[in-house]
Amino acid sequence: MAYPANLRYTKEHEWVNVEGGIATIGITDYAQSELGDVVFVELPKVGAKLETGKSFGNVESVKAVSEIYAPAAGEVTAVNTELANKPELLNSDPHGAGWLIKVKLANAAELSGLMDGPAYEAYIAEKGKEASA
Amino acid sequence: MRYLPKSPTERQEMLSAVGVKSINELFECIPERYRLREALKLPGPFSEAEVISYFQDRAKENSGGYTSFIGAGVYNHLRSVITDTILLRGEFLTSYTPYQAEITQGTLQAIFEFQTLMCQLTGQEVANASMYDGSTATTEAVLMAERLTGRRRVLVAKSLHPEYRDVLKTYAKNSGLFVEEIPYAANGTLDSKALQSALKDDVAAVVVQSPNFLGVIEDVAADASAVHAAGALLVVAITEGVSLGALKPPTEADIVAMEGQSFGLAPSYGGPFVGVIASREKFVRQMPGRLAGQTTDTEGRRGFVLTLAAREQHIRREKATSNICTNQALCALAATVHLTLLGKEGLREMAHQNLSKARFALAELEKIPGVKRKFDAPFFNEFSIELPRSVRMVNAELLKEKIVGPLSLGSLYPELTKTALVCVTETTTRTEIEHLAVALRRALEKPL
Amino acid sequence: MNAKITKASRHTSQNEGLIFEKSSPGKRAFELPPLDVPAANSAAELGKHHRQDGVAGFPEVSEIEVVRHFTRLSTWNYAIDLGMYPLGSCTMKYNPRVNEFVARLDGIATEHPYQPEELSQGCLKILQLLETCLLEITGMDAITLQPAAGAQGELTGLLLIRAYLERQGNPRKKVLIPDSAHGTNPATAVIAGYQVENIKSESHGQIDVEKLRELVTEDVAALMITNPSTLGIFEERIPEIAEILHAKGALLYMDGANMNALTGITRPGDQGVDVMHLNLHKTFSTPHGGGGPGAGPVAMKKILEPFKPVPVLVEKAGGRLALDSQRPDSIGKVRAFTGNFGVLVRALAYILAYGPGVRQATEDAVLNANYIRKGLEGVYDLPYSLPSLHEVVFSDAIQKRNGVNTVDIAKRLIDYGFHPYTTAFPLIVPGALMIEPTESESKEECDLFIEAMKSIAEEAAQSPELVKSAPHTTRVRRLDEVAAARKPVLRWNPASATKAAR
Repeated sequence: MAYPANLRYTKEHEWVNVEGGIATIGITDYAQSELGDVVFVELPKVGAKLETGKSFGNVESVKAVSEIYAPAAGEVTAVNTELANKPELLNSDPHGAGWLIKVKLANAAELSGLMDGPAYEAYIAEKGKEASA
Repeated sequence: MRYLPKSPTERQEMLSAVGVKSINELFECIPERYRLREALKLPGPFSEAEVISYFQDRAKENSGGYTSFIGAGVYNHLRSVITDTILLRGEFLTSYTPYQAEITQGTLQAIFEFQTLMCQLTGQEVANASMYDGSTATTEAVLMAERLTGRRRVLVAKSLHPEYRDVLKTYAKNSGLFVEEIPYAANGTLDSKALQSALKDDVAAVVVQSPNFLGVIEDVAADASAVHAAGALLVVAITEGVSLGALKPPTEADIVAMEGQSFGLAPSYGGPFVGVIASREKFVRQMPGRLAGQTTDTEGRRGFVLTLAAREQHIRREKATSNICTNQALCALAATVHLTLLGKEGLREMAHQNLSKARFALAELEKIPGVKRKFDAPFFNEFSIELPRSVRMVNAELLKEKIVGPLSLGSLYPELTKTALVCVTETTTRTEIEHLAVALRRALEKPL
Repeated sequence: MNAKITKASRHTSQNEGLIFEKSSPGKRAFELPPLDVPAANSAAELGKHHRQDGVAGFPEVSEIEVVRHFTRLSTWNYAIDLGMYPLGSCTMKYNPRVNEFVARLDGIATEHPYQPEELSQGCLKILQLLETCLLEITGMDAITLQPAAGAQGELTGLLLIRAYLERQGNPRKKVLIPDSAHGTNPATAVIAGYQVENIKSESHGQIDVEKLRELVTEDVAALMITNPSTLGIFEERIPEIAEILHAKGALLYMDGANMNALTGITRPGDQGVDVMHLNLHKTFSTPHGGGGPGAGPVAMKKILEPFKPVPVLVEKAGGRLALDSQRPDSIGKVRAFTGNFGVLVRALAYILAYGPGVRQATEDAVLNANYIRKGLEGVYDLPYSLPSLHEVVFSDAIQKRNGVNTVDIAKRLIDYGFHPYTTAFPLIVPGALMIEPTESESKEECDLFIEAMKSIAEEAAQSPELVKSAPHTTRVRRLDEVAAARKPVLRWNPASATKAAR
């Protein structure tokens, strides 16, 4: 799967899409393929405050749990309620219908260090090499 | 040695195949100075017959020949020989936790049936595959309530089994929980005024037992409305499961923590028993312990697997809902077989016999001058009586008549030194009850 | 069926639905003796508390149906009684039947924990003898038999450490845990109020002692170590590890899950271990029963004894035994009553049968593991080459090249008539095959196992699909765990009942 150019990516395999001070956050295609079939997603409530680098929820597959970390501080303005009944959206459309939360950013500049699509692809290619070494 | 399937020649062949001269070479990874040079000082080896006679000798040093009127969380009930017949099948007895679902469908389906039976009994929506016992189930229920509410104070009925309270305190101490006790009212039920004034918006859970340790049945519905109004969760502990054959299930509770010993498990000097946690479906992801779930195989056939494992310690490690791993699976199977044998009518009838015999016993004992029922709220198969003198002294007299008298409540509740907790089940005969009445009368007539 | 599959054969397995689906009002499997006192009026006695109609949904079946139901279910299980059950870290050894017999004796099974002590001397003597034997085996000073299982033993052990350190003035903050540890270790540390700090293993799979030296500060309460480790390898530097901890006032906890490698050979108490638990359902042969009950006694050094959970077994003047609850420094109770007594009885029966000869069991267990290791070396990848004790850990690295992983191999082993080994643990070995044969396997059974594993390796190379779609001979095929977790069905409901498996 291609990594869309309009998104920014974290080393923890999340993607962020910023539009007008609101960041939509999800997990990347790489992250979902590593996890396998997602069975449950735990997300914060609307209004929750996120702290940079702190876990705000987790994603469960049958035999693993993965924490999701906030790439920047802010307040949750929306959560993807559809995931409660259809966690499989994270597998089928991680960069689209499988989005997790929307956050009103406290300081958009916090996201300036994130990778773009090509940089992220290079990053996961490097990880793949490490794993098989 | 009869358990070891190798001849000396075979051992030698295997050592050669491994490429070592003696077995000691395989232990050379252990530093020499720590290897034992002498055999362990252990009794034995003993033949099967000798092992049996050792335990038969110990059995003779116990309570054989005595009639007991003690319950207090461990009950003597009828058990069918069928239960042990099934339990002793090697396929159940000698199999592991059912992680490999394809060859553990027997255990998995039995757990699924156990979970269903526990839901039907308690009026809850989901139940887990078992906890260690009632005391740890109650503690885990409280920890679950803490996770669900994010609150830290816990109100515990003083009429909750004293050992359950002790276990809760041990666990709470380092979990940042604050445990407070709520007294009982004059009729033996939870003091609702005291509850009301202790209920603040920082209370995670209120724990009541019903029937409670003093024998009386709590008004769970009324307690629940007060608890819920404060945004807390109600945990109902049950030590005598047979009561559910006669009593309305605690559907108003948010979590039910039950001891399942009454369902086909022998008293066995305190264990192994089986703990149960049952709750509402929406809370399932905060439940501790294993869960079996229904699914289908690649060819569409119904089958069962352990599920929602991501809550558990082997996956979530330090973030798990609990550290429980090994539970009491075989005891849960005993309960499943036993309750299946009893069925709807059997359990109802067993409960009714307990109820009837306990009332007969109370009536007989109340005929004795000075003996009074202590609490007047409804009860099931245990009741508290007040005696005109210390229970300990009375019990010493009863022991001479081969009776293990009712539990003295004085050491557990200092205000109740002259109060005794009498337990009568379907296994107690009318003759035994009448003998107790006669012996108690005699004991009380004895000059001090 | 593969011609190389000689151990397993197909047999008739009956289909069977859920017991609730057999229910029909009016059938009974249990009758009580007639009531010998006046019948109470339940409705009048209980008022609003009364459950009028019995438990809704409870089964109504006959005795023969109950017997058949559970017997049929049982035939769908694999068991030690059927063959080798080489689950690594689980010690699935033979469960002697005499243990079951003695635990069910009148006078043993019938005893109430609150009956007077003078009528419980038999039970208390059993506890006392078991304590003595386990202290001799572990080389420790004191013991509690109360914990219900290994994980509760761990908690008890950490609470003892906490109480001891508190007495020294500071309970400290952290517990160190190697990355090869069982998941109960970190989960337990949190309940005991500690933060977990993981230590990476060094390249041979042992504790990185130099790293440990850096990590052990005045904030560290204890290190939880499993010895031999989950790789089946003895931590050679354990005395040095103990010294590092003790120099900073921290204690050494040993997870005794793998005591089957050490019993009669060496004693943790002699190596600087301060506190440890034993899994009686592993090393001491009490049955696993599909996941319990177990028992997790905790043995400790003298310094921790004052903090033991209550009640404590004591010997009074004249040799009379008693349970003492008046222990002001005790950590309290971890479980109601006196522990899983019935399990303790079985463990003592096991020890008495062997006596000092228990060493032979350990030797045979280690011999079996090494024999299997030798037989499969080269066929499967051996990621850590240090000597194995009671278990050996391979990886699926060779078979992975053909897309066959450890779970596939494990499932195929079922077709060959064996229970799978432990898959995907320890976490430090990607694609682990963790094999623990125990002493209960004959040379013949080990040979069959080696042959089966070799044959599966060939299949993985030549016809990987056959392995990946295994098992082929079980009553059900691979089950949909994803669907089970996404839409959990955790109980039977009349409305949602589906057709029984066909």
